[in-house]
Amino acid sequence: MQLSVWTYEGPPHVGAMRVATAMKDVHYVLHAPQGDTYADLLFTMIERRNVRPPVTYTTFEARDLGADTAEIFKRAAKDAFDRFKPNAMIVGASCTAELIQDDPGGLTKALALPIPVAPLELPSYTRKENWGAAETFYQLVRTLVDREAVKLSTASGRPSCNIIGPTALGFRHRDDVKEISGLLENIGIDVNVVAPLNACAADIARLSAADFNVVLYPEIGDTAARWLEREFHQPFTKIVPIGVGASRDFIKEVCDLAGIEHPDIADLGNMPWWSRSIDSTYLTGKRVFVFGDATHAVAAARVATEELGFEVVGLGCYNREFARDVRTAAKRYDVEPLITDDYLAVEDAIAKAQPELVLGTQMERHIAKRLGIPCAVISAPVHVQDFPARYSPQMGFEGANVLFDTWVHPLVMGLEEHLLHMFRNDFEFNDEAGASHLGGHGAAAQEPSPETDNIIRWDPAAEKELKKIPFFVRGKARRNTESYAAERQIQLISVDTLYDAKAHYGR
Amino acid sequence: MTVLLDRGCNTNTAHSAPVLRERGQREVFCGLTGIVWLHRKMQDAFFLIVGSRTCAHLMQSAAGVMIFAEPRFATAIIEERDLAGLADANDELDKTVQRLLARRPDIKLLFLVGSCPSEVIKLDLSRAAQRLSKNYSPKVRILNYSGSGIETTFTQGEDACLASLVPELPSDDSSNPSLLVVGALADVVEDQFRRLFEQLGVGPVRFFPSGSADNLPAVGPNTHMLLAQPFLSETARLLEERGAKRLSAPFPLGVEGTRAWLKAAASAWRVSDTKFESVIEMPRARAEKALERYRNTLSGKSIFFFPDSQLEIPLARFLSRELKMSLTEVGTPYLHKDHLEQELAMLPQDIQLSEGQDVDKQLDRCRAERPDLSVCGLGLANPLEAEGLTTKWAIELVFTPIQGFEQAGDLAELFARPLRRRMRLAV
Repeated sequence: MQLSVWTYEGPPHVGAMRVATAMKDVHYVLHAPQGDTYADLLFTMIERRNVRPPVTYTTFEARDLGADTAEIFKRAAKDAFDRFKPNAMIVGASCTAELIQDDPGGLTKALALPIPVAPLELPSYTRKENWGAAETFYQLVRTLVDREAVKLSTASGRPSCNIIGPTALGFRHRDDVKEISGLLENIGIDVNVVAPLNACAADIARLSAADFNVVLYPEIGDTAARWLEREFHQPFTKIVPIGVGASRDFIKEVCDLAGIEHPDIADLGNMPWWSRSIDSTYLTGKRVFVFGDATHAVAAARVATEELGFEVVGLGCYNREFARDVRTAAKRYDVEPLITDDYLAVEDAIAKAQPELVLGTQMERHIAKRLGIPCAVISAPVHVQDFPARYSPQMGFEGANVLFDTWVHPLVMGLEEHLLHMFRNDFEFNDEAGASHLGGHGAAAQEPSPETDNIIRWDPAAEKELKKIPFFVRGKARRNTESYAAERQIQLISVDTLYDAKAHYGR
Repeated sequence: MTVLLDRGCNTNTAHSAPVLRERGQREVFCGLTGIVWLHRKMQDAFFLIVGSRTCAHLMQSAAGVMIFAEPRFATAIIEERDLAGLADANDELDKTVQRLLARRPDIKLLFLVGSCPSEVIKLDLSRAAQRLSKNYSPKVRILNYSGSGIETTFTQGEDACLASLVPELPSDDSSNPSLLVVGALADVVEDQFRRLFEQLGVGPVRFFPSGSADNLPAVGPNTHMLLAQPFLSETARLLEERGAKRLSAPFPLGVEGTRAWLKAAASAWRVSDTKFESVIEMPRARAEKALERYRNTLSGKSIFFFPDSQLEIPLARFLSRELKMSLTEVGTPYLHKDHLEQELAMLPQDIQLSEGQDVDKQLDRCRAERPDLSVCGLGLANPLEAEGLTTKWAIELVFTPIQGFEQAGDLAELFARPLRRRMRLAV
């Protein structure tokens, strides 16, 4: 058993729901008890979808367990088919129904419905949401794809690709798809099918007509993309276009796959100049802690270092399936990779690293708020705020503009930072008040208390001097001073030790 | 999958209209969700759900309660190896409890909360609670109940939780009568009722659940209990077994309900009518005045209740009698005829009562009816709004202080706001 306070991912059948809900004419019959319908509101409330997810729950009760739950499943599947008239169906079990082993696939087969049905085996006690979405999409592709399709490019002469991976309840999937579709069209590559988001069963059949696949979300699209590569010789992209650099690399990659020349991209958006402009100097070396799904975390670390001039002081992901990518990247930034889905472990790591900015999920937003550290959200799990009314992609050149704005705005601005340094005791413009552009009364910083096994003490005068350092660098100053003292076996930190350490570490 | 079990044969109630009983897909929470308010109410208790990742996911996303502090609930997520054998599962559970109690030494009362998977694998949490109690008592009391979806619907989780506490209540052998108010209430509501009972000379008054595990209310043959919530059938039954006598009353929603609810206690204490009226005069008048403001918006408007919390029937009674709304279908997950006897008698005859749910069929009826306001769960609200129907989230009625005179206006506001908003918007 795993003691869990908050979870980063839902169960695998929620991943299956994300695929079904993304699509237009696929219905999901889920063998599940009362209560599992809570998952509907992820879509209707968090994502503000205006229709119910296409999911029928069998809703068995305790008294049915001794009787015939299989019969309940068959009737629910038949009723769902009659009522919703889908063009394809997926059937499966949630965690409880998995235990009673009714075989939804076999039961549906016995109904002999006149549509394709993909049975799902999603082991709830070992797997999680992203895996469930990937497996569901893969099974749908296997079931529905047209093996005889003629390549589209043969007739048109233009290369074509599919965009694979976006789902319902995805972090900015809606806008990423729009941005990347536009980018591909601009460089002369047709988009054959986007799936599963807004696709219908017939679109899945047409997947095989493209020359290659663009995998925007490897966590969800990778399994299907690998299968399509084996079956239809469709290579797929490995670069996820988050940030200016990655977007340029992505363009090269797709051009190579399409067999066309690398175009000159004149307009890289505002991000490069915004970052080079003199006002951004204060961003240099800001210490950031990055945590999310592996794809977004790795991409964010690259943008943070190469495009904003930050320093990555922590990097991790919650999905073990893609941990290798994070480990590789962590080496590059010389940090210990944090691979965990234990929220409390992430909280500890952030408190220890004392970053000036957290790039994380909604969960890290809570951690950062408690620790008084600015935070921007870069990855699922999502929250209602991650579905903004405005166009707000993460990918492509417009995505890079969005990243600049959303990561930089939580920070204390350049001149304000200087003024805080200069006049520390101003009664209303001080660090307890928080960044002025955020209402001036943001969460006051909670300083982590020094390590308990630490025998180093602070002289009261030094402690007082430390308090004069603005909150957003105070943690770093405390840590630097303590390690400086520890290295030199200084047991009592004086004002001089504080400044010696400052001189030693610079800044 | 609709089964019409009986139509027109429920002779036990004063309400003679037929009850439509359905089963099929239910768009309601399971009993685990009760932890969302219970863990705030009982401040030294901790709720450990023994369940799956689904249970953990439900608690954080459905309830929408990402609380900044480490919450006083968690899930022991069953994994593949726990399914190998019950001995292993029990060992794992013991270890998990040990880890939890080491981490949270402040816990005095631990509930092991059963879930669908723990029940299907027949993990006996009552034996686990006994076994663990031996190790941790008297410092920590360990109890268990089921919040599973195969056994409980939404607010029945509170019923199951309180029922598990009943055997723990101290005995009250005194020959003087005492009043026990049963059902979790907002602190502010509890304080208001406490003041009113004091002015009436009704007492001693105890509330169940209480804010702390050390301070459980006593119960005995001279305990009169007044149910503050309509979903406490098992708790009430067990309290009756311990000698408590239930005072039959409507529930304290709206002026009429609150008055009758207080009156039930006052009568048991033989408070004179004059005294009763003089004590409630001011808050009652304030409540009347507060409601007056909403009559324009609400009177004559039709309302449809999807089943959610079992509060539907008392709410329907309040809205129809005090605000002159017109009731169409009033759905409830479970209809407890005894506890709702007085409520049912006050409902108009020409309404459709329904118990249970087959959501697609109920949606068809709602669309055909096109009520001015539909009270429904979070999964249905936006889709209905998109179809042009105005909705009220049912869950807000559970998470807002709505009982008592001082909250009567707030309760009306919850129904009036969606209608006012619809009139106001021009986009």
